[in-house]
Amino acid sequence: MASQLVVDSHPSDALLRSDRLPHIWCPGCGLGSVMSCYADSVQSLDFPVDDNVVVSGIGCTGRVAGYLYMDSFHTTHGRAIPFALGLKVANPDLHVTVISGDGDLSAIGGNHLIHAARRNIDITVICVNNFNYGMTGGQAGPTTPFGATTSTSPAGNYEQPFNLPHLVATAGAVYVARWTSLHVRQLRDTMREALLKPGFSFVEVLSPCPVGFGKANDLGEGLDEMWFYRRRSIVNHDAALEDVGLSMSEDEPIVLGNFVNRERPLFRPAVSREALQEVLYGAV
Amino acid sequence: MQAVALREPLDRGLEQFQVPRGQVFVIPSRCKDCQFCIDFCPADVLTRSEELNAKGYHFAIVAEGKEESCVNCRFCMLVCPEFAIYSDEIREVAR
Amino acid sequence: MSVIEAQVLTGSHFMNGDTACAEGAMAAGCLFFGGYPITPSTEIAERLARRLPEAGGAYVQMEDELGSITAVIGASSAGARAMTATSGPGFSLMMEAIGLAAMTETPCVIVNVQRGGPSTGLPTLVAQADVMQARWGTHGDIQAIALAPASCQEMFDLTLRAFNLADRFRHPVIILADEAIGHLTERVVIPAASEIPRVRRRLYTAPANGAFEPFRAAEDTLVPPMPLPGLGYRTHVTSLTHDERGYPATDAATHDRLVRRLSAKIANFRHEIIEIEESGLEDAEVAVIAYGSTSRTARRAIALARAEGIRAGIFRPLTLWPFPEDEVRALGERVRSIVVAELNLGQVRGEVERVTNIPVYGANHAGGAIMRPELILESIKEAAHGQPARGRFSPVGRAAAV
Repeated sequence: MASQLVVDSHPSDALLRSDRLPHIWCPGCGLGSVMSCYADSVQSLDFPVDDNVVVSGIGCTGRVAGYLYMDSFHTTHGRAIPFALGLKVANPDLHVTVISGDGDLSAIGGNHLIHAARRNIDITVICVNNFNYGMTGGQAGPTTPFGATTSTSPAGNYEQPFNLPHLVATAGAVYVARWTSLHVRQLRDTMREALLKPGFSFVEVLSPCPVGFGKANDLGEGLDEMWFYRRRSIVNHDAALEDVGLSMSEDEPIVLGNFVNRERPLFRPAVSREALQEVLYGAV
Repeated sequence: MQAVALREPLDRGLEQFQVPRGQVFVIPSRCKDCQFCIDFCPADVLTRSEELNAKGYHFAIVAEGKEESCVNCRFCMLVCPEFAIYSDEIREVAR
Repeated sequence: MSVIEAQVLTGSHFMNGDTACAEGAMAAGCLFFGGYPITPSTEIAERLARRLPEAGGAYVQMEDELGSITAVIGASSAGARAMTATSGPGFSLMMEAIGLAAMTETPCVIVNVQRGGPSTGLPTLVAQADVMQARWGTHGDIQAIALAPASCQEMFDLTLRAFNLADRFRHPVIILADEAIGHLTERVVIPAASEIPRVRRRLYTAPANGAFEPFRAAEDTLVPPMPLPGLGYRTHVTSLTHDERGYPATDAATHDRLVRRLSAKIANFRHEIIEIEESGLEDAEVAVIAYGSTSRTARRAIALARAEGIRAGIFRPLTLWPFPEDEVRALGERVRSIVVAELNLGQVRGEVERVTNIPVYGANHAGGAIMRPELILESIKEAAHGQPARGRFSPVGRAAAV
């Protein structure tokens, strides 16, 4: 039996813009893991990769769109969801996934997040939550845990953070899950389920940001933050969502799971295929 | 609050399951030595190389004595942020 | 069978300007409206909420104007002709995304039925004070395309034209209407469906293999043909500075090349965009430049001036951006002086002063009511008699007080 075999390509390369790699993310960042899970889940679908469109906002996670070899849109800060809505309504044959960060989706884009959930538009939102604004150097945001240190909360964050699964479920999302970039096999299966779920599906992924958040909060390297997830996470698919808020306290568990999977009426407006074809190519 | 996603013990009919065997593939030049795959490989197959890649990082390799241990769970592939490692199943040739 | 043509409301109608705008969109084959209610543009949304689904289109009432314009850009990215309608406060919120549309070269139509500002200002009352915002409101160096309808008929005609320009140039096109036109009701003639000119967006149709450069401009127009998602091109579209492949770039040379092309594709072809209407200028000593609802008042003022023996005529730009520089410069060589009448404190007057060497007078009011002819007449007389032009912020004369 051989040990490792050295090769020069990877099964997910077909979904990556190899001419843009390596990516800009820091060593120990979990974004690459999330992207890997997404690429694998897309390749596992029964419909063509080319039916999928990825939309990102701004920030470290916003760069995901640019690394995926798919139709991909890197939009403005906070606006990935309404952009995705426009794509989906104009061409309902597209499977539209938003991949963006916690700041982009829940701070500057928070209004769109809750309204998309309320409408139950058929898109998937993957929210990578690293508890801070990483790209701009580690500032506090609406997901920064109470008491956490960041470059703009030097004495400890005095604001209460969002509990995102609770927020989007309350607003009307029909599929809500939370994993971490350590729980990759569950995450990959959950992403697949979310992509196939009609209606507004939301997957929160807790992810290490060693440079922006970990260092300031003595979490160590990315690897240490992964151990932190290993140590503190519990899986409870039936958790009461009002109780799954996140804190810095070692006594509080990080609750993961596929929390919500339910039916609600779908958002209906859609451009007809026939009309769109006529505008683009003329009447038949 | 406590964990409730308990797994059922599999104590009957084990013989009908065959544990898959995996082969680890690495792309040393992509590795940034985050060690996610090494620390969390469920079968504890991996370790850091002695040598450095062109970027100056030790990369993941199969540890000595673990050549037969990979079960192709694909954890390393999914967790690697750099698309630098994966496994594939070794299909048994009919005996 | 054409589903779009079946929805054209051919015939002679008595309808208000906002409704005519909505019908212009229907005739253009608009299939997506994302909007947020705001006076005095709401009738456009109301009309399209009913009409679009009849034509296979979709109306979505968004949570705010940030979402409205971005959803419009998303819908257009999927290939649909798409628009939004708003007024000053909502237009302000749309500024960042207008830059997104320009940067990603995504056609769309933004109707701004202007009301009095700044801020909430005069929600129900007319003004024309967003002219410079339409030009320079978004950050960065872009060209603007903005059209100024002066009648209900033009609300129809110019909305239709806006869609054609948007697809021709792959650029956001702004309708700078005003409350007086939006809420005016008069005759609108909608031609037969077969006579409605529609410019189809040039799409990327070549195979995606080899060097796929979706942002390499066509040589004839400087506009790249547009690949649509879902067809296998796997295009990356980014709001970041990007190269011809669509990939983010941070080098100065790529940035300069991109920004210059985005401007040149419009500025170098501005004669395809600029429309002017002139009347009475053949013998004129004073030209009145006016647009939108104020141009209607200007006609009355010119008639009053002519009755007093002053030879005046009107120069009415239907296109405010790109600014008709060549045309105004030529006008400056034909007349002795120019009066610019507008419901703001001299936004277009500044442009006219920039391109001509002759005396330029303002006839200005900040808005709240349509321009009174007496105010323009007063300025025509000052111009004709060679009196010094008043400053932009001097109070209006007694005769013209609203």
